[in-house]
Amino acid sequence: MGETPENGRETADLRRSAGMTEDGINGWFVREVLPLEAALMQFLRRSWPNKSDIDDLAQEVYARVYEAAREKIPQPVKPFVFTIARNLLIDRVRHEQVVPIEAVADLETLGVAVDAPGPDRNVMAQDELRRLQAALEKLPPRCREVVVLGRIEGLSGKEISQRLGIGASTVSEHLATGMNTLADLLFGDEAEHGRKP
Amino acid sequence: MNTHLPNAKEIRERAADWLQRRNFWNWSEADQAELDAWLAQSPSHMTAYLRVQAAWENTGRLTALRSIRPAQRPAPKSRRVLPLLMGVAAAAAIAAVVGSSSLSAWFGPDVKTYATKVGGHEILKLADGSEIELNTDTVLRTSMQPHERKVWLERGEAYFQVKHDEKRPFVVLAGNDRVIDLGTKFTVRREPHRLQVAVMEGRVQLQSKTASGKEHSVALARGDVVVSAGGVLPVVKKSETQLEKDVAWRSGELVFEGATLADAAREFNRYNTDKIVVAGTGVAGLTIGGKFAKNDIAAFAELAQHVLGLRVERAGNIIVITR
Repeated sequence: MGETPENGRETADLRRSAGMTEDGINGWFVREVLPLEAALMQFLRRSWPNKSDIDDLAQEVYARVYEAAREKIPQPVKPFVFTIARNLLIDRVRHEQVVPIEAVADLETLGVAVDAPGPDRNVMAQDELRRLQAALEKLPPRCREVVVLGRIEGLSGKEISQRLGIGASTVSEHLATGMNTLADLLFGDEAEHGRKP
Repeated sequence: MNTHLPNAKEIRERAADWLQRRNFWNWSEADQAELDAWLAQSPSHMTAYLRVQAAWENTGRLTALRSIRPAQRPAPKSRRVLPLLMGVAAAAAIAAVVGSSSLSAWFGPDVKTYATKVGGHEILKLADGSEIELNTDTVLRTSMQPHERKVWLERGEAYFQVKHDEKRPFVVLAGNDRVIDLGTKFTVRREPHRLQVAVMEGRVQLQSKTASGKEHSVALARGDVVVSAGGVLPVVKKSETQLEKDVAWRSGELVFEGATLADAAREFNRYNTDKIVVAGTGVAGLTIGGKFAKNDIAAFAELAQHVLGLRVERAGNIIVITR
């Protein structure tokens, strides 16, 4: 663990965003934007015909929201996120020839869809434990074992590798897969949607 | 606009790979620089990393719950607050998830778990001569190895009196924060998204990881109080008498001086299964002072009623204070 002061980097971050440090924006993104993911995914699924694009679209919405937040933190956040999503879909329809014609007609309804209630993550706190548990359950057995050793027992990658007698790169793969699957299960709408991670 | 969407799958895999490398393997400053460069390349990278990291942090709650299971002091059945009941249920559920193998196998033979209930207070004497005092509703685990002493503060607050040993560092881990003893008495209080460290004697080093994985470090001396939230580490100097008030819980007391009613209520609520709710305009901001037994909600309610002229009503285990 280094103890080097990071003043140089801090100054750079401050310059990038007037009034808000990068850590500030990051904290805001985690607190305010990520909890909207399930609602955002449902909105995208309803509005976009090509289901294999959904993750990519969500990722692009995040990037645009984050980029905008560097200038100014948008308030309130939910309408802002959905406006970005809506504009992104309109852009895609205009620029992408592969989108079926009927998607264009659907665009008319997008404004309405924005107001449709998504799952309210503010009342999710109680639900969260169950969600976490369900998420762990859904990991493949070996992957779960690695995640439990790493997360709960606090073993290092090397120790996990020794304990289970598997290679370091396999441990890494399990950990990365576990982390991503947990993120999808915690933030996304897989639970409602029944999509396999 | 971009004509190509980001490939979310690829970026997310990369982000998760960074996160696991950073958390589980040797991590150098060169690695950190490489990660910083990757994050700076595109907001897609940054947001994917924040997303997977936030999810991973979230799973830390499971740790806290599960660690109650093999506790030497089992979680009390008398807890009346709903989230805690759910917690116990979830802990049992997680135990089932992990499978039939003995739970202690997951923790290693030397890891011991200690828990206090709401209103509880326990003193833990360690074999090395150090002492840990657990405040109300606290869960921690210890691992005393020949080369290192580790304590995971899962939740709550503890007062540490550490027998310093340079060859055997004493480290308190709490989420993204590490408190390293440099010969000392100090308290660590952990709440969701917030950690407070106060040094009563000697020195400690506090290391904190931010949401984007950067590390901040600050050296604290006697009288320093720092609150770590999101990696920012502002240090406040407190006088000896102020510090004593902060650890009045060690003698079963709560001491307030110019505290708002809301803050005082929050403190009482930490120690009691009866909960105080402060409601109505201008009520929460009223200030009070005084010394109370930590479980003497009645005295607090009386003060609100007779000194501040507020209305006090009880509904089940909820005490509502209004104008």
